[in-house]
Amino acid sequence: MRIPILKLHNYLLISIQTEIDDNTAIQFQEDLLSKIHQSGSSGVVIDLTSVEIIDSFIAKVLGDVVTMSDLMGAKVVLTGIQPAVAMTLIDLGIHLKNVPTALDLEQGLIKLHQELGE
Amino acid sequence: MGLQSCININKEWDIVGARQMGRDIAKKIGFGTVDQARIATAISELARNIYLYAETGQICFEVIDTINQKGISMIAVDSGPGIRDISQVMEDGYSTSGGLGAGLPGVKRLMDEFDIKSEEGKGTEVRSIKYVR
Repeated sequence: MRIPILKLHNYLLISIQTEIDDNTAIQFQEDLLSKIHQSGSSGVVIDLTSVEIIDSFIAKVLGDVVTMSDLMGAKVVLTGIQPAVAMTLIDLGIHLKNVPTALDLEQGLIKLHQELGE
Repeated sequence: MGLQSCININKEWDIVGARQMGRDIAKKIGFGTVDQARIATAISELARNIYLYAETGQICFEVIDTINQKGISMIAVDSGPGIRDISQVMEDGYSTSGGLGAGLPGVKRLMDEFDIKSEEGKGTEVRSIKYVR
């Protein structure tokens, strides 16, 4: 299973709509980094509105992909984290402190504009 | 105690299967969405531990339905290498697999009751319960 990555001007948009298993998550990490490399995108929004659970593994993969993209020079914003997901992440002791987030896709794009000074 | 249903964990996709099964049961019992997510996440952590460290094992769910309490009981069992120092794996941030080390201490916080037994070379058993509030 592959998570589709859409290009919009100099941004990449991803909406995760399926239940993510570990392999899909790792595959997505690779796909996103090569897509950033290929397209030269400066910003990425990963929308998690449809994601019902994030366990410690998925959280690590997401946190890592933000750091990896940052190393490459692209800013990533996570959007649409559900209330139940936010509550379980804190129970797990995962704070994703260095990860930029926004309420929804629209706010995420605004945040990217601001961070990239465009 | 009510009906028991079990799922075998022996491939990566079974982690997803187990948490979907657990979530469905939790929904039927009457848990709200936040507790459903807590239960599914706990199952995900337990199933991944089985897959990662023991390769195969089983998670069984039981519905608790008494006059006083309703809830779900989960037992995760494997006959893997076991854990030498349980207090160490219950520390936040301790991991031997490069993970976040959030798994077992996380499960303890996500659930209402938690008990772990392990013997080196024999395996591990994690029992946990969540009650409907």
